[in-house]
Amino acid sequence: MSTVSSLSKVLSEKKFAVTAELGPPRGAEPEKVREKARLLKPYVDAANVTDNQSAVVYMSSLAACVLMLEEDLEPVFQITCRDRNRLALQSDLLGASALGIRNVLLLTGDHPSIGDHPEAKGVFDLDSQQLIRLTKKMRDEGKLLNEKELSKNPEFFIGAAASPFNEPMEAHLIQMERKVQAGVEFFQTQIVYDIEKFSQWMEEVRRRGITEKSFILAGVAPIKSLGMAKYMKNFVPGVSVPDEIIKRMEEAQDKKEEGLKICLEMIERVKEIEGVSGIHIMAIGWEEIVPEIVKISGVRNGRDN
Amino acid sequence: MRIITESKSYEEIKGYLGKAKNVFLIGCGTCTTLCKTGGEKEVKELGKKLSGEKYKVTGSVVLPTVCDLLTKKALHEENEAIKNSDAVIVLSCAFGVQRVSGELDKPVFPGVNTIFLGLEIEGSFLEVCQQCGECVLGYTAGICPITRCAKGLLNGPCGGSHNGKCEVSPDVPCAWIEIYERLRVIGKENEFKFFINPKNWSKKGRPGRWSQE
Repeated sequence: MSTVSSLSKVLSEKKFAVTAELGPPRGAEPEKVREKARLLKPYVDAANVTDNQSAVVYMSSLAACVLMLEEDLEPVFQITCRDRNRLALQSDLLGASALGIRNVLLLTGDHPSIGDHPEAKGVFDLDSQQLIRLTKKMRDEGKLLNEKELSKNPEFFIGAAASPFNEPMEAHLIQMERKVQAGVEFFQTQIVYDIEKFSQWMEEVRRRGITEKSFILAGVAPIKSLGMAKYMKNFVPGVSVPDEIIKRMEEAQDKKEEGLKICLEMIERVKEIEGVSGIHIMAIGWEEIVPEIVKISGVRNGRDN
Repeated sequence: MRIITESKSYEEIKGYLGKAKNVFLIGCGTCTTLCKTGGEKEVKELGKKLSGEKYKVTGSVVLPTVCDLLTKKALHEENEAIKNSDAVIVLSCAFGVQRVSGELDKPVFPGVNTIFLGLEIEGSFLEVCQQCGECVLGYTAGICPITRCAKGLLNGPCGGSHNGKCEVSPDVPCAWIEIYERLRVIGKENEFKFFINPKNWSKKGRPGRWSQE
């Protein structure tokens, strides 16, 4: 079991990092997580485990992270403020570090009303800014929110989400700057389909000095169908799908092949943008495509692992 | 300010009554009259519906303000009819229901759901305060994020905010973008970068209690 984050190591060594998303099952079978972990392991530096993604119930992200560790795949433990108050957040962070988890992605979490238990009470005792500060305090000062000393500090590489396509851009960029101040060391962005807008955003991110203090992993995802493209365009907050992409999906004979092609083009383009340190492949429910994406794109060529 | 309510379904109200036959009805001349959930008209309609079934309405009254202390006296005046009742249905907010239930040795049931304390804005009512006990309006340009942000975030906006709208619905404005814009208008845009500490929920100790020194 590693004691430092290898994702952090890869990024510090200026290697182009590749992470992927691993969606836990809606069920108690460990084998589903293990299979996905074994599939992803040779192709990524780490994999994020989503935490009741889109406010829909799945196996606990912490449990799935442990299953991944057993398969020797480094996890990024996603943790949202939606389902836990400050007591649970702190105890889960301590538990995660004790279990050998070294990367966390700290999120506010989608509102319960958009998920599969819309009647649920959203907790949101803390917000992501507060959770980031708290995690850094626990790690660096060895203290809880209430100033009580920890017997051992947790060890984490601290990540957060970034929203390149949300308007007004200025307000969301200020949020990102505040996250850096709070202690974020790496960002994984929302999925990029609108490369022009992403380039403009990255320019602003660089101008504000964010890339000097944190690493940016650009989110990418293969589109499986025309329906998915339209859904992302119209209903997923923070995702911008240009009409040109919709048109290409409409005209394509083989939708999956076209979706994969678009994804590979996006990787090619984001790789060239100054300040982009890696990609985060979000192929939830289509994890088996990840090896192909990594192989064809050649993003890890020349890497020994 | 008004207490905003919505009617409970007739089926739910009947469910409370169980085997009770004789029912007394109380409406309120203040908030539920305004919301059209418990004024003269609604009390009359409910009485008619109940009478059309197996129930007997022993009497009804619309008190000026059910939550007021004067309700005790008013109930005394209706004593005879209430005494002959197996149940009392109150079409007022939960404050009024609890005023009545505290005064009577009878089953008292609510006929409405109390939703929020609303501020009147151009004919409709908006929830603007949750009485959290630790007011942050001084940092947020006079807009309460605890109430008006769907997640109650103290350091927003979140990634679900786009074009000034909230992820929960395109009809809901993002409170944090409203705050961002209002801070600019009043020349305090720098304050948008301020960090607000986690909330002290113990200030909202339940049940709240206050008395004149």
